[in-house]
Amino acid sequence: MADTRGQVREQPLEPQRPAGARSLAGLLALLLLAAVLVAVTWRFTREDIADNEARQTLAEISAVLPASLYDNAPHRDVVLLDTGGGRPVPVYRARRDGSPVAAVLTIVAPDGYVGPVRLLVGISAGGQILGVRVSAHTETPGIGAAIADDAGRWLSVFAGRSLADPAEARWAVRNDGGDFDAIAGATVSSRAVVGGVRRAMQYFATHRDEIFAPVVETGGKG
Amino acid sequence: MNAVSPDKPTSGQILADGLWWNTPGLASLIGLCPLLAASRTFAAGLALGLASLAVLCASNVLVSALGRGIHQRHRPAAFLLLIAALVTAVDLLFRARWFELHGQVGLFVPLIVVNCLILGRAESCAAHRDPWPALLDGLGYGAGFTLLLAGLGAIREALAPGLLVAALPPGAFFLLAGLVALRQAWLARRRAP
Repeated sequence: MADTRGQVREQPLEPQRPAGARSLAGLLALLLLAAVLVAVTWRFTREDIADNEARQTLAEISAVLPASLYDNAPHRDVVLLDTGGGRPVPVYRARRDGSPVAAVLTIVAPDGYVGPVRLLVGISAGGQILGVRVSAHTETPGIGAAIADDAGRWLSVFAGRSLADPAEARWAVRNDGGDFDAIAGATVSSRAVVGGVRRAMQYFATHRDEIFAPVVETGGKG
Repeated sequence: MNAVSPDKPTSGQILADGLWWNTPGLASLIGLCPLLAASRTFAAGLALGLASLAVLCASNVLVSALGRGIHQRHRPAAFLLLIAALVTAVDLLFRARWFELHGQVGLFVPLIVVNCLILGRAESCAAHRDPWPALLDGLGYGAGFTLLLAGLGAIREALAPGLLVAALPPGAFFLLAGLVALRQAWLARRRAP
């Protein structure tokens, strides 16, 4: 039995022919087809995809900035700055009659319970929080994910706050001696968000001029 | 080379093979990664299932039409390249047409490339059959996979508000195990009346 099994194993599935011209032609046809397929699809979808992405960015921005504040298109008024995450992230500027009224900062809080929490923080030119939104997270459904539940209901604790209200030392969850109530059972996620918002405020306070620097027309991403 | 199946299966048999007798994820435990990760909701499961179905059908037809001349040694690489191109195209279409849904399952669409279900059907079936049976094979296996993904998603979505674990990957494991057990019980009853 063992002998037969050995023989069966050595038998190739198909007789090994050398790779002939037909095989190469087939390969070439597949290669060409794959390239054409991707190129054509990309050509016919890229405008829709760019539109979708711009629409999503605008929707995210309007969630943290009241639309009555500004008359420009903040999702097209972008400056790339390193807000502490190690690489440049977009900062959106809202202007009215050309003068700055608010900015939306992207902040990544690296210390979520499961993974990083990406936050959008809308800050008025005077340094008050207009709105906070969690734009991406991987927190546990039903527990830490509550930071983004009900269209970010908990995040309204930040509305109207500034670096002076509460004092900088009390910008923490209540368990850590701060002024902000953590979500029950989700202290770690809440702490990450409070810390992220605090860092956004501190960054805004120290980099205000960079953030509102006039648009440099480079013909880049529109 | 064409002596894979001595008696030619009918169209219905080809479809039933993927839909029930050999359902990926239920009968043969392949494609589990997307199955467990992307079945949190019905919509997400359905979306990823349909994306896989589209790639599987296109890949089966193209492999059947163009791949049969390719030397066996070159097949895996050539087929994988074709599948990667198809997945890229489906991913782009997804982002252009169903952008919100893409946000939910977007991470798993590019991973369809490495779903062994697709390369497996190309190698074991499409490379030996005519385009029409290959398409039927893709439809059957793709629809079986889609039904399982969407069904598991619907069950998890219904259970999640009261049973937290259903929303988490371990819950998906338990529920899938339950479905596999149900199917096995049905098969056992059928064999021994």
